[in-house]
Amino acid sequence: MALSPPVAADFALPAPAARAGALDTARRALLRHPTLIAGALTLVVILVAGVLAPLWWTGDPLEMKPAVRLRPPSAERWFGSDNFGRDIYTRTLYGSRISLTVGAAVSTLSLVLGTTLGLVVGFYRRLDMIAMRVMDGLMAIPAILLALALMALMKASVQNVIIALLIPEIPRVVRLTRASVLSLREHLMVEGARALGARTPRILARYVLPGLVAPLIVQGTYIAASAILFEAYLSFLGAGTPPHIPSWGNIMAEGRAYVQLAFWIILFPGIFLAATVLAINLVGDGLRDLLNVR
Amino acid sequence: MADLSRRHFIAGAAAVAATASAGLPAVHAQKRGGTMRFVPHADLKVLDPIWTTAYITRNHCYLIYDTLFGTDQNLQIKPQMVDKWSSANKGMKWSFTLRDGLKWHDGQPVVAEDAVESIKRWSKRDPLGKLLAAHTARIAAQDKKTFTLELAQPFGLVLEALGKPSSNVPFVMPARIAATPDSEQIKETIGSGPFRFVKDEWQPGNQVVYVRNPDYVPRNDAPSGSTGGKKVNLDRVVWKYIPDPATAAAALEAGEVDWYEQPSIDIAVRLEGNKDIMVAIQDPRGTQGWIRPNHLQPPFNNKKARQALLYMVDQEKYLQAALGQPKYYRTCPAVFTCGGPFETGAGAVKQDVNKAKQLLKDSGYDGKPVVVLDPTDIPLTHGAALVSRELMTQVGFNVDLQAMDWSTVVARRAKKDPPAQGGWNVLFTWWIASDVINPAVHAGISGAGSSAWFGWPENGRIEELKIQWARATDKAAQKQIAEEIQKVALDEVMYVPFGQWVSPTAFRKSMQGFLQFPAPVFWSVSIA
Amino acid sequence: MIGQIGRRLMATIPVMGVVAIAVFALLHITPGDPAVIIAGDYATSDDIARIRAKLGLNEPFVTQVGIWLGRIVRGDLGTSIFSGLPVSTLIRQRTEATIGLTLFAMLISVGVGVPLGVLAAWKKASLVDRLVMLFAVSGFSMPVFWLGFLLVYVFAISMHWLPVQGYRPLADGVWPFLRHLILPAVTLSVVYMALIARMTRASMLGVLSEDFIRTAFAKGLAPRRVLIHHALKNASLPVVTIIGIGFALLIGGAVVTESVFALPGLGRLTVDAIIRRDYPVIQGVILVVSGVYVLINLVVDVLYVVLDPRIRY
Repeated sequence: MALSPPVAADFALPAPAARAGALDTARRALLRHPTLIAGALTLVVILVAGVLAPLWWTGDPLEMKPAVRLRPPSAERWFGSDNFGRDIYTRTLYGSRISLTVGAAVSTLSLVLGTTLGLVVGFYRRLDMIAMRVMDGLMAIPAILLALALMALMKASVQNVIIALLIPEIPRVVRLTRASVLSLREHLMVEGARALGARTPRILARYVLPGLVAPLIVQGTYIAASAILFEAYLSFLGAGTPPHIPSWGNIMAEGRAYVQLAFWIILFPGIFLAATVLAINLVGDGLRDLLNVR
Repeated sequence: MADLSRRHFIAGAAAVAATASAGLPAVHAQKRGGTMRFVPHADLKVLDPIWTTAYITRNHCYLIYDTLFGTDQNLQIKPQMVDKWSSANKGMKWSFTLRDGLKWHDGQPVVAEDAVESIKRWSKRDPLGKLLAAHTARIAAQDKKTFTLELAQPFGLVLEALGKPSSNVPFVMPARIAATPDSEQIKETIGSGPFRFVKDEWQPGNQVVYVRNPDYVPRNDAPSGSTGGKKVNLDRVVWKYIPDPATAAAALEAGEVDWYEQPSIDIAVRLEGNKDIMVAIQDPRGTQGWIRPNHLQPPFNNKKARQALLYMVDQEKYLQAALGQPKYYRTCPAVFTCGGPFETGAGAVKQDVNKAKQLLKDSGYDGKPVVVLDPTDIPLTHGAALVSRELMTQVGFNVDLQAMDWSTVVARRAKKDPPAQGGWNVLFTWWIASDVINPAVHAGISGAGSSAWFGWPENGRIEELKIQWARATDKAAQKQIAEEIQKVALDEVMYVPFGQWVSPTAFRKSMQGFLQFPAPVFWSVSIA
Repeated sequence: MIGQIGRRLMATIPVMGVVAIAVFALLHITPGDPAVIIAGDYATSDDIARIRAKLGLNEPFVTQVGIWLGRIVRGDLGTSIFSGLPVSTLIRQRTEATIGLTLFAMLISVGVGVPLGVLAAWKKASLVDRLVMLFAVSGFSMPVFWLGFLLVYVFAISMHWLPVQGYRPLADGVWPFLRHLILPAVTLSVVYMALIARMTRASMLGVLSEDFIRTAFAKGLAPRRVLIHHALKNASLPVVTIIGIGFALLIGGAVVTESVFALPGLGRLTVDAIIRRDYPVIQGVILVVSGVYVLINLVVDVLYVVLDPRIRY
């Protein structure tokens, strides 16, 4: 801040178009997609809380202190304690790790596997018939029943929960990809490329994939949201992540018996869960608008 | 500390028992009729009384079947279906005569042959039954109402066997049904008990329905335990299975159900404050918790490794985690339960983590993962599992805690395979006092190896001692042998007891006539 | 058109075949063994082996599938391993509750979701629009059981207006039946409602920008008439589609809702059966539920054709 008297240069108008840079675009985006920004910010906060959990005044998520079981939220225990005396605040923050991991893993893997399968199936007609019947069959089974049945086959672990949630999601991604491939296959560009001797993988990579990126990203966010919710449902029904590892789902599952005695056990993980899923859904919606996906 | 909690515990149990029986007016003053809505502790799956030791099946059978003898509130054996009996020849020959008026639900009269066949079927599976059968020369019906039992060797527990209160109970069923081989489940549900099973209304996982048996002729004495006159006041009993404990408690408070068999202890404590609800102790003798190692597979096939488990346990810590409310539990080193006739401290040890660590090292433990089964749907065993994980890790075990539900534990515990192929190393369970109160009924101290209860300890000495106990005729000798048995059981670490507790039960004050007994009793109660 | 429908119907058969085999296959790779559970506490390995043989569990996989498919075609869904009751009986016992719950929830969702969607589309980009959509997305994002516990706590436990749990069959009277289903249906409907509101809004926005709507307004017709009679009718097609897709969501939600409210429905039946490895019940229920789902989608497709004269397959 200069204390010298103003000079003419201070009164000059800012140069127009040259100034419109990243900041301006961001500001306009914010005004037009407030929910997208809000969602993204929330996600970042929860991510940071989870990844850096030990930094946020937490204790040991597994430590049992039966002497202070079922205590309501207070200055020492921000979210109260559960029936084994474990600190809910600590467990909730560490729980975000599991829930976010499950969401990210299911989302990424289903996108990768589904897209690959969809591309292959879209291009090779013979595979198409069988594969689509199988996909239709899998989609006909309500996702949660399929996931439950899969969990019944396997030992309870985070890895297996990811697998169980992954499988019901793949058919939808396959459908999406396949539809794109089918419509683009006959496109002149592709014909031309093939005439020039380009091999199938190259055609897929250069012509089909770019068009898929946007819808896949949007779909991916919805899958992540759904996976995080479903992990909670599986844990609630007793078929989810192993109980000594805190995830929002199983913290709430264990707190089920204490709805009237210690509702804070269900309340806080529930809030975090709802907020995270909401945030992801908002980001998905915002991305859909932004990227102009139908 | 143990002393204080023991006094507190017994005082508490006595106080509650007094209040409960104070609510029991003379039977004829109670209202007749109505439907009782009861929330059982589990879902009824198996209908055959010898097929499983699960308490839910036992409870179901108490409604529709009757027994030759019963056990009353003071653990005395009294006749139920039997009218007169006698023993001759220094207890080697017994004769039993049935009461008049006993009929099956299909109208046929109950005859002695039915009793004989039922006893035979029961004795093929139940440990005490097997012991009886091993000492029996002949059991046969003499006429329509009388049957005799001749022993081949002296056996002091004939009446105790016939009046056994808990799993497996020698219920009496028609001879043709009892003739079903013990390798199959019975298909019909005809009994002679005070209620009839309404099979058409049975919805597994949801509800079970019973109606009063109008042909039932109760005895004239006052009801006590499973003895005495089973006079029914209710028209219908509906068991509604509500798996969610908070929902069940809320239903009780809202008056949507009348009796909630096993609320969790925390919920019971809260219900105590509700003026419309009475919280009582179902069975003041209590329940015992077990940590059972698998004797067939490493590391617990080595006695020192097992003893490491024994020395790591601090019962107070287990009870706090598993149960939470001190007024309902107490520490108890006795294998035959504290408060029981064979309570003793012989062979018990205090927690010594360093000694446990040393024992584990001496056993040559190789560090391979130890599979611990954690049934998370039962807070009791889940708590025990979590504490065990902590302690075992401290002692030096490499713990693989596997979460599952109780039904899966039931399936998995039968596997003798190595843990990596579907077996197990440590499991948790609990037994009511009546099932562990003496060496004859106690499934956990069987040293029969691969035909013993899951865990399969092998020890010839304890088997000898058990036979000695069964043949001993005076109380002092029995006590002494029981002490010896406990020493062996603990030294071998057949299992580690992690404490003793009583379970609360809760019912609306509109229900009267509650009786204390390990199984819920539906005769004698009425709904206002 | 009949030909089209017929062809669609035929196409569902291989789909159901895949479902059936997938379900069967899924359960037979399981490590859990129902024979052990059935055999009881005192079983020896011989007993277990004998029970496995009796259940046909030792036959080669393909034989088991064949036997099962053969029985399905004859309408015999098998017998529950645990209760000994026929699977079809168990399903019949539980169907009323699930259908009641699902229909009630769907009614609420459509009844509230569609008007909300229309409102949001009409007041596009206003505060009302944003609020409605936020509410919709929130409904979508909340765990069903959390909402259920909240509603039970407020309406049943605190205010005693509605029962905490349980189910009364229709035979006991219409009001008791409905009364016990209100809280569960509302809980379940929130998710579905959100979807329907969003879809309705999107579809309405598409239609509202069309020329014929502008003409209608230019003609001076009342906004409500335009909205409902002209716009909504045309916008309804995608909404009908979402009803089909949403059915699968409802079933998922029903599984959890039935657990919270202790409703004797198909969802709880399946969960219990899965935990106990009661194969015949799991297979039977998943088959039936998937079959209904496929049927609903078929009906939706047919409706689509019927409602929109422009579409021909």
